[in-house]
Amino acid sequence: MTRADSGATRADRGASRAERGARTKLPPEEPAIPQGKGRGTAGYWLYLLPGFVLLLVIIVIPLIFNVYLTFTKWRGVRTPEFIGLDNWQKIFTDEHFWTSFVNSIWMVLAMVVVPTIVGLIVAALLFDVIGRKFGGKVGSFLRATYYLPQILPIAVAGIVIGWIFRPGATGAMNQLLGLVGIPPVDWLGQMPSALLVLMAVLVWVQIGYPIVVFMAALQRVDPELYEAAELDGANWFQRFGAITLSIIRPEVFVVTLTCTIAALKVFGPVYVITQGGPAGATLVPAYYAYQEFFTRRDIGYGATIATVLTVLVVIVSIIFIRVQSSLERKERAGL
Amino acid sequence: MSATTAIVTPGKVRRARGGMTKKRALDWVLLVGVILGALIIMVPFYLILVNAFKSPIDYATSGPFAIPSAIDLSGIEKFWVRVNFPQKVWNSIFISGVVAVLAVLISVLNAFAIGIGRVRGRTWIVLLFLLANLLPQEALLYPLYYMFKSVHLYDNVWSVIIVFTVVQAAFGTYLLSSVYGTFPKEVLEAASLDGATRWQILWRVVFPISRPTLSVLLIFFFIWTWNEFLIPLTFLASNDNQTVPVAISVLQGDRLMDVTTTAGSALLGIIPTLIFFLIFQRTLTRGITAGAVK
Repeated sequence: MTRADSGATRADRGASRAERGARTKLPPEEPAIPQGKGRGTAGYWLYLLPGFVLLLVIIVIPLIFNVYLTFTKWRGVRTPEFIGLDNWQKIFTDEHFWTSFVNSIWMVLAMVVVPTIVGLIVAALLFDVIGRKFGGKVGSFLRATYYLPQILPIAVAGIVIGWIFRPGATGAMNQLLGLVGIPPVDWLGQMPSALLVLMAVLVWVQIGYPIVVFMAALQRVDPELYEAAELDGANWFQRFGAITLSIIRPEVFVVTLTCTIAALKVFGPVYVITQGGPAGATLVPAYYAYQEFFTRRDIGYGATIATVLTVLVVIVSIIFIRVQSSLERKERAGL
Repeated sequence: MSATTAIVTPGKVRRARGGMTKKRALDWVLLVGVILGALIIMVPFYLILVNAFKSPIDYATSGPFAIPSAIDLSGIEKFWVRVNFPQKVWNSIFISGVVAVLAVLISVLNAFAIGIGRVRGRTWIVLLFLLANLLPQEALLYPLYYMFKSVHLYDNVWSVIIVFTVVQAAFGTYLLSSVYGTFPKEVLEAASLDGATRWQILWRVVFPISRPTLSVLLIFFFIWTWNEFLIPLTFLASNDNQTVPVAISVLQGDRLMDVTTTAGSALLGIIPTLIFFLIFQRTLTRGITAGAVK
C-alpha cells in the first residue's frame, strides 16, 4: 500500500517535471478547470467510467482468464481441467517454441533494424538533399511513395508477395530470374528462402513509417545549424551524425519501440505467406499460439505461448521507456 | 505534448533555403538512388495493376511484367462475384466507421478526466491504457472467443466492433491525455467563470478546439481497424460478416484460384486504401507525427 503510494507520487512528480518541460504553468495536482464548491477531482472519475468498464471486460478479465488457462488442459468444450505447471514445463523444452522465439529475432531485424537504418538514410537524403536541392514537392512525392505499403492491409500485402514468389515458372520473381537464365526457385517451400522472403516483405511494408516520422522530425532542425556546420567544413556525414541524429533521437526511440513490439506480435504475413512453413521453419509465437488454439485445440498450451509473448512485449516496453527517460534526464542535467 | 504543436503547425519550418540552384553531380546521383528505391517499392503495385486486367491466357504467354495485350476484367469479376465484394466493403466500412466514432468518444472522455481533470494516479491510468494497446491480441483471443460465444456475439460484427473500440480508445486515451494536459488554462477558466459545468466545458470548449486532433484520430482508427486481421479472421466466421482483408485471405486458400484472379482480388483490396491515402495523405502524415512524438 505505502509502496504503491510512493510509487504513484514519484510518477506524478515525473509527470509534472515533464509538463514544466513543455512550458506549462499548470499546478500538477489540480484540475485545469477551477473547482467549484470543493468537489475536487473526484467528479472526473465519472468520465472514466465507460472507458474503464470496457477495459475491464475486453482486456483485463480476458487477460486474467488467459493466464488461468495456462494452468489447464482444455479443448474448448466442457470445463478446463487444472493441470498445474505442465504447460509451463512443456514450453521450455518445446523445440517449436524456441524456433518461433528465434524467428522473432529475425522479425526484429526485418521490421526494426533494417527499416530504421534505411529509413534514417532515406529520410535524411529526402529532406537534406532532395528537399533542399530539388524542391519540397519532389521530396514529399517520394516520401508518399515509400509510405504506400504501410496503409495496405497486411493480408493483402502478403497475398501479393506470396503470388510474386510463387514456385515454378509462373511466379513473377522466377520469371525475372529466368531472363538471366536462373532456374525457378521454390521460394516459400524451402529454407532459408522462405524466411528471407518473409523478411523482405516486412521490410517493404515497414520502410515508410520511419521515413515519414524522421522527415517530420527533421523539420525541427534549424537549417542555420547545417549552414554553420557546412561553413565550418563539416561534410555531410559529420553533419548527419552531430546534428541530425542527436535532434531526432526521440523519434528514433519511438520508432524502434513501436516496431519492436509490432515485430514480436507479427501474425498476418506469416499466416498469409508461409503458414509457418516449411515444416515450422517460419513459425512465430503469435502464429504458434493461433495454431494451438484453432488447429490443435490445445487451448491451455496456446494460452501459455500467448502469455510468454505478452510478458516479453511488456518487458521490452518497460526497458525502452526506462532507457528513454534516463537519457532524457541526463540530457536535461547536461543543459 | 509536442503532439499539439505538430498538429497545429504542420511543416511550418519547411522552407526552401536558397540553395535550390547549386546542384552538384553527387546530388543527382543521390536523387537517382532514392528514385530507384521508390521504384522497387512500387513494383508489387505495378504487378497487381498490370495483371488484374489480363486474361489467364495473356498472363501465360506474356508473363507478369508485360502490359496487358487487351483489357480483360474476368479476374476482377470472378473475385467480385465469388466473395460478394460490395458486401465485404460494406462490412469493413461499417465496422471501421463505428469503431472510429466510438473510440474517439471514449478517448475524449478518458482524456478529459486525465488531462484536464488530472485525476489521482493518472500516470498509472495512462500506462494501463497504453498496455491495453500494446498487448498481443493472442493473449485475449481465446477468452474473448469463448465470451462472445457464450453471449451469442460470435460471428457478429459487433464482437469485432467492441474489441477494436477498446483497443483503439486505449491508444487515443494515451495520445489525447497529453494533448489535453497542455490545454490552454485561460480558456477553461473563462468558461468556468461564465458558469459552464464540466460537461458543458467538455462539449462546448474542449471538444471543438481539439477537433483537428480528433479528426486525425478518427481517420487513423478507421484505417487501423480496416487493416486488422487476426480478430476479424477469428470472430467473423461466416461469409456475410467478413471484412475485405479476411475475404481476400480466405479465398487465397482456394487452390483453384488463378493468378489473374489473385491480382484482381489484390487490386480490389488495395483500391479502398488507395482512396483513403489520396484523400487523407496530409492528415496521415500529421497523424503519424503526432503519434510518434507523444
